[in-house]
Amino acid sequence: MIEKQTAMKFDERIAWCKEQIEDPTLPTLREFKSRNGSRSPIVGNFPVWAPQEIVHAAGALPVTIAGGGSNLEIDHADSRVQSFVCSLSRSTLELGMRGYLEPVDAMVFTSICDVARNLGGVFKRNFPGIQTFYLHCPQNVASPAAVDYFATELRRFRRAMEDFIGDGITDAAIARSVGIFNEHRAALADLYALRREHPETISATESYLLLRASQMMPREEHTKILRATLAELEARPARRRDNIRIVIEGAFCEQPPWELLESIEEAGCYIVDDDFLLGSRWYDAPVQLGEDPIRSLAEAYVRQSVSSSVRHYGGRPRVDDFTHKIKANRVDGVIFCAAKFCEPALYDYVLLKSVADQMGIPYLAFEFEEKMGVFESVRTQVETFVESILLFAD
Amino acid sequence: MATSQTDTTTNTGRDLQKQLLQNWYSALSHANEKGEKVAYLFISGNIMELLKVFDFHVVFPEVNALQCGIKRTAGDMILKAEDLGYSSDVCGYVKNDIGLVASDMTGPFGKMAKPDLLVCTYSGCNTYIKWFEALAAHFHCPLYMFDVPFSRGPETRTADIRYMMDELKELIALCEKITGRKYDEDKLKALLRCSREAEDLWVDILHSAKRQPSPFDAFFEAVFFMAPIYVMRGSRECVDYYRAVKDEIAGRVEAHTGPVPEERFRVVMEGPPPWPHFRTFWELFKTWGVVCVASSYSKVGGIWDFGYRHDPERPLESLAEYSLECYTNYNLARRVDMLDSYLHDYHADALVIHSVKSCRAFSMGQADMREVFIHERNVPTLFIESDLADPRYFSKAQLKNRIDAFFESLEHQRIVGAQTVAH
Ligand code: SF4
Ligand code: SF4
Repeated sequence: MIEKQTAMKFDERIAWCKEQIEDPTLPTLREFKSRNGSRSPIVGNFPVWAPQEIVHAAGALPVTIAGGGSNLEIDHADSRVQSFVCSLSRSTLELGMRGYLEPVDAMVFTSICDVARNLGGVFKRNFPGIQTFYLHCPQNVASPAAVDYFATELRRFRRAMEDFIGDGITDAAIARSVGIFNEHRAALADLYALRREHPETISATESYLLLRASQMMPREEHTKILRATLAELEARPARRRDNIRIVIEGAFCEQPPWELLESIEEAGCYIVDDDFLLGSRWYDAPVQLGEDPIRSLAEAYVRQSVSSSVRHYGGRPRVDDFTHKIKANRVDGVIFCAAKFCEPALYDYVLLKSVADQMGIPYLAFEFEEKMGVFESVRTQVETFVESILLFAD
Repeated sequence: MATSQTDTTTNTGRDLQKQLLQNWYSALSHANEKGEKVAYLFISGNIMELLKVFDFHVVFPEVNALQCGIKRTAGDMILKAEDLGYSSDVCGYVKNDIGLVASDMTGPFGKMAKPDLLVCTYSGCNTYIKWFEALAAHFHCPLYMFDVPFSRGPETRTADIRYMMDELKELIALCEKITGRKYDEDKLKALLRCSREAEDLWVDILHSAKRQPSPFDAFFEAVFFMAPIYVMRGSRECVDYYRAVKDEIAGRVEAHTGPVPEERFRVVMEGPPPWPHFRTFWELFKTWGVVCVASSYSKVGGIWDFGYRHDPERPLESLAEYSLECYTNYNLARRVDMLDSYLHDYHADALVIHSVKSCRAFSMGQADMREVFIHERNVPTLFIESDLADPRYFSKAQLKNRIDAFFESLEHQRIVGAQTVAH
């Protein structure tokens, strides 16, 4: 399959990615399953972060199940989950209730928020055919005890995965998987660097579609696709426009409809950084492998993970990281883009907007949902925002 | 004895509780001036005894929010927070507290002391973290993140407790630094002995609702009775309080009185009360002769009625156990099991789930619980919605319709059932 996507032309490849996320029946996973059968189980995880390296080392395919997108009607999940929670949790449940998760053998949930935590419980009860794992990711990252604790938690997960696949997982296999994920993150980092330096070469929408597809296929294959894309982009003709540079903050878990990003870009923005699918870019430097790869992962999680709304940062205040992000990206403005009802993002908005205020950086805030449908009002708001910034710049 | 709120029963516990809280608040109002140290904590799984070793005053922002709710100032506070950028969709307790900070720390309880230390006991609610992060940024004071792993049962317990004990030792060092006092384990043990005494009495009170009719309402009254055990453990006043309440209940049993003139339905209540409309909400049930015989909200801080006690012989370990095993830190399966055992042990006729928008820690998954109880356990279950903090989300007419329809049908089934038996 992979030969096909690397051989595709850029536009074809993006169109293929788009098809993958637009079809809630998860065609890529179905295809993968029919090719591999039980040889390679599929282990899904709810966003944001999950120890995909360990899943990978078990010979399973780690995928992120990030909701059903705009083409999924919610008919069944409403009986289990109320209307005042994020659309992501409802649509993910709906996928299960409609049987679309049939190719998925297991699901991993972590302690990102109250909704995710309890959704894990709902999954466990409603889908006995899907093995459910829950991991507590330590929040007291300033404590030396956090690394030990998390290593214990990850070892427990490893044993659970061993039971699940009926085979052992060696340290060497984990180390190898960490290497593969490091390579993938490096390729993504190159893509993001390109957007930062030459935002005219690839739109954020295109980059987003590529990123989304990464969570639905073997990571080593996606690295090849990314590398092929980056090579091709060198020759892609591009003309820099008079756009403003912005970062998007708040879409780390539930994923926005791609049309939303397109509207923001068409309204005159270069989105030079974002927090989409943050778990795939969780470490901003390679995970350093020591003797015990599990401990290395635990250390990386505690000491090296990127700043997000779903984790406490101990002595490293979140506002500092955000300040750095604004400076490093040389932005003209910030767009706070939180999923409706996503409490972690909505609380952080208040904290982070005060940073923007202090730095004199203009910002715009709106909420999105999977099925928001029309993007006209977003486009108008962003256009006004862009105009006001350009006016101010003159 | 004070006048009763209904003409059927006594009100000692309620009145004494008010008095205790008033004293507690007035001690707090001068703490900053006197240079006495103040620590902020959350209710769930709190480790107040440890802070008392260092003579911290303890403040519970949730209790402040609750007071604003019941004294009807929550609406204004919440609007103030929304003006600052907080969404209408986030927890009203947080917004209430932010509104309080923006109101020069003055609420219906008077002036609130500023913190010297924030201890975020992360027992099950992520909002806690966001809440104290905001306060830490505002007050520029240290925030200790007491990370409590989500309680998943025996498999993870040993590792969880070990981690938490390491954290407690770090917290002790931090408290020593802030207060300049040495940690005194004997003092902690004495405090825990006192906690334990109060806990024994509280459990007796909770168990008294097994009587038919029940002498007290284990939700509508318990949510007041529970305050001292969540905010004043380790003190003599707290023990005396529960002794007085226990006596009151014994008096009611003797006098054959209870929370309603005639007990017609016994229910288990899941979820918090709508504080800003507490009385109205209770009346909707009282008219049907409903008594709550057990509730989960009265266990948000900690659970004793299945045997747990603070243990002076294992001071830090038992503090850790307490934080781990409070209701907000239970996963859904454990919550269902606990409610199920209440339904049996307290001979309840039905389950009422009051789902509040503010609190996803409680409400996410409650609709699924309803499915379990209705379809798998055959328990008549009423599912209603409003909010614990935000007065805007309370619709009396709608609630009344749902509640009336539910108890009408229960009554009907009873009559039909009785006739079937008679035939
Ligand atoms: S979108 Fe927000 S509220 Fe929903 S699961 Fe993710 S972090 Fe939690
Ligand atoms: S979300 Fe619930 S538990 Fe958390 S602070 Fe709000 S009311 Fe309390």
